Formats: sequence, C-alpha cells, structure tokens
Amino acid sequence: MSDGGLTPSQTVGPYLAIGLPWPDGPHVVPEGSPGAVWIRGTVRDGNGAPLPDALVETWQADPAGHFDHPDDPGGRHTEFRGFGRCPTDDGGGYAILTRKPGRVPGPGGVEQAPHIAVSVLARGLLNRVVTRIYFADEAAANAADPVLAGVPADRRATLIARPIDDGYRFDIRLQGDDETVFFAL
Amino acid sequence: MTPAVYRRDDGTVHPPLLSPGYRSTILRAPSQAPVLLPHTLTELTGPVLGEGRVTAADADLTVRAGGGEAQGQRIVVHGRVRDENGRPVPNSLVEVWQANAAGRYLHKWDRHDAPLDPNFTGVGRCLTDASGHYRFVTIKPGAYPWGNHANAWRPAHIHFSLFGRAFTQRLVTQMYFPDDPLFGYDPIVNSVRDERARQRMVAAFDLAATVDEWALGFRFDIVLRGTEATPMETRP
Ligand SMILES: [Fe+2]
Repeated sequence: MSDGGLTPSQTVGPYLAIGLPWPDGPHVVPEGSPGAVWIRGTVRDGNGAPLPDALVETWQADPAGHFDHPDDPGGRHTEFRGFGRCPTDDGGGYAILTRKPGRVPGPGGVEQAPHIAVSVLARGLLNRVVTRIYFADEAAANAADPVLAGVPADRRATLIARPIDDGYRFDIRLQGDDETVFFAL
Repeated sequence: MTPAVYRRDDGTVHPPLLSPGYRSTILRAPSQAPVLLPHTLTELTGPVLGEGRVTAADADLTVRAGGGEAQGQRIVVHGRVRDENGRPVPNSLVEVWQANAAGRYLHKWDRHDAPLDPNFTGVGRCLTDASGHYRFVTIKPGAYPWGNHANAWRPAHIHFSLFGRAFTQRLVTQMYFPDDPLFGYDPIVNSVRDERARQRMVAAFDLAATVDEWALGFRFDIVLRGTEATPMETRP
C-alpha cells in the first residue's frame, strides 16, 4: 500500500516478451529513411553467455539535437520518436534502426558528443541498468564530452559503438571482463 | 524552461542488483560500481508515448483474445501514478503483463504444467488520465513455480512498466496481492530490503472500486522519482 514513498523496482522476469515488445519497437525511424543506421549488438552475462530474455531500450535526440519532449528548449517540435525497444533473440542479439543523434547541451553549458541513452532490462536484473552509446567516428567530440570525461579512461571503450556495414555495433557485457560501464542515474 | 534535476537513488528502496537469493542475479549483476551520470537534457526528457498506440479495449484483459471471457476471478486494478513530490503523472503509458488464473504465461518458455486459457493473453496497456489515474480489468493471476530453489513459488503478481515523463523516471515493478502467504519465501519480493518499501508493492483491497455482482477491486498507487526541491522550496 502506498505511503507516498518511491515504489521499488522489480525484475521484468523471464516472460517480458509477452508484455513489452512492440512490432515497430526496433524502428525509431522507418526502414529506408534517409540516414537510417542499424545499431546492433549482443547482450552477455558474466560468463559471456548471451541473454535471450533481455530488452534493450534507447532514447535519443534527433539529428538536429532535439528531443520529442515538451521540456526540450523550443518545445515539442520534432516528429522524431526518439525511442526504440528491442527484445534480444535466442542468441542475445538486438538491433535498433535509427538516425545518429545531434549534439545536445551538457553540464556547465558544454555540448555533449552525440550519444544514445540505453536501458537494459532482463530476468535477473532487479532494476534496469543504464548505459550510453557513443560513436567511434566522433573522436573529437568524444574527447571533449563531459560525461565520458567522468568515466575511467581504460573503460571508455565499452561505451563506443564501432562502425559496421549497415550502421554500428554496440555489445553489452553485464559483468566480467570488458564489463560495460553502467551509470548511476 | 530547464526542468529540475531528479532525486538520486539513496539505495534504501530499490533492490541491490546482486541479490544472491535470486540466483539469476549472480551472473547478471554488474560487478563494477556505476559511474555517476549528471542529469542532462537526455535524462530529463523521455519518450512521450501512447497516443495512437493504446485503445480503450487494451485496458480490459478479460475480453481481448479468443472472443470469449477469460477464466478466473475478475478483478479491477486501478490507482494513481505520482512522483515523490506528490505530483500526478498524467498521460503516461502503463503496460502490464501477467500469468493466467492457473499461473501460466502465454510464453513459449513457460513449461509450468498448468492449463493455458485461449481467452487470455495476459497483456494490457493504458494511459494515465489528467490526474495520473489508470484502471485495468483483468483476472487474478495464479502463483507459479519458478525453479529458483526447491519448492519455489512466486506470489501472485502483475508486472507493471511505467515511463513517467523523463528517462530518469522509467520504472518496472510487480504488483502483489494483500496477505499472500508466499511473501516470506520469495527472494524477489525480499530483494527489497526495507519492509515499508516492500509494502508499497502490495495492492490494497478496495471496496469502493469493487463492482457489485461483477469484480473485486484493488488499488495500486505507484510513485516515481521526484525532483530535487527547488531553491525556492528550501528557503527558510
Ligand atoms: Fe511473473
């Protein structure tokens, strides 16, 4: 019963796939859109085993750096949904079709490098874990990014998506060697 | 207008990711401490979803599939979504999924030896109204065994997914029913360490929401993260 305090998080459990995926979830933009890129990756556990029961959600600005949200400076003026969600397949793989985001303001008025906010939900995760996707072909912007600057240098590579034929690859390692950097939100 | 930053998790409410009593956390909980993320525009905004994606019928789980009525005890589950500052969260997507009355999910991996119900998919969604209120009609889900340890049974529950109005507010939780005898044995419920916080996941029987001759009512209010007090509010 509510006492006005925060409701605790619980795991999505193994059967999230009946409730959370949408048919168009992986398509932040429709197939064939100009500038569309796939972001593909595999979600793995501490043994390196793929997770067939995870969900990856993404949130981002449009290519001009605007969010489809009333609190965006300038208001809700982009048609770009900005949100993607994809359940992992039997091999732990996910794929989101989107456009690369533009730059958005960061702490202290410093512009952030292009990035995508990510939530990972899964059986065995009692709360979502949060990370960010940055882009390897934005080296100069990444070097000046105020959030990346707060990440230990030897772990930053886990946040950088690498170019592939049809977009970028961003693997997520929940635990162990090359563990992805997760953020306290 | 730049929105205020959200309150940081103080570690007393949400479960620790590594909760070894729930075995699946052992290889999935990150081992490194998380890096503190400033709340930038990316985190202070979030998906505004639902318009055009949700119909009124999506809030009634008892009539969706098969053309017939779902088996089980019909219930009304409703409540308000607010933030820690007590402000309602309006026009926000609420997604639910659950087992059927026999404790079986309509999912290819659910091997529990209990019957499927051709008239129950166990999936619903709705939008909160202007005051943050939501309402579903469904059936009471059954408890089910889950293999975590010998004779492990999940207390009856409904999975809830909420977006709030910012990336910081995203919440997935489970709603439980009052006085379930399984509470004391369930490592997922008890991954929440604080008794008062655990109680917030338990719906209350609600006579006022009970529909005479038709369905029992339960109230489940949900509280998402609030914002830090503004300087104005902290002034003595
Ligand atoms: Fe469940």
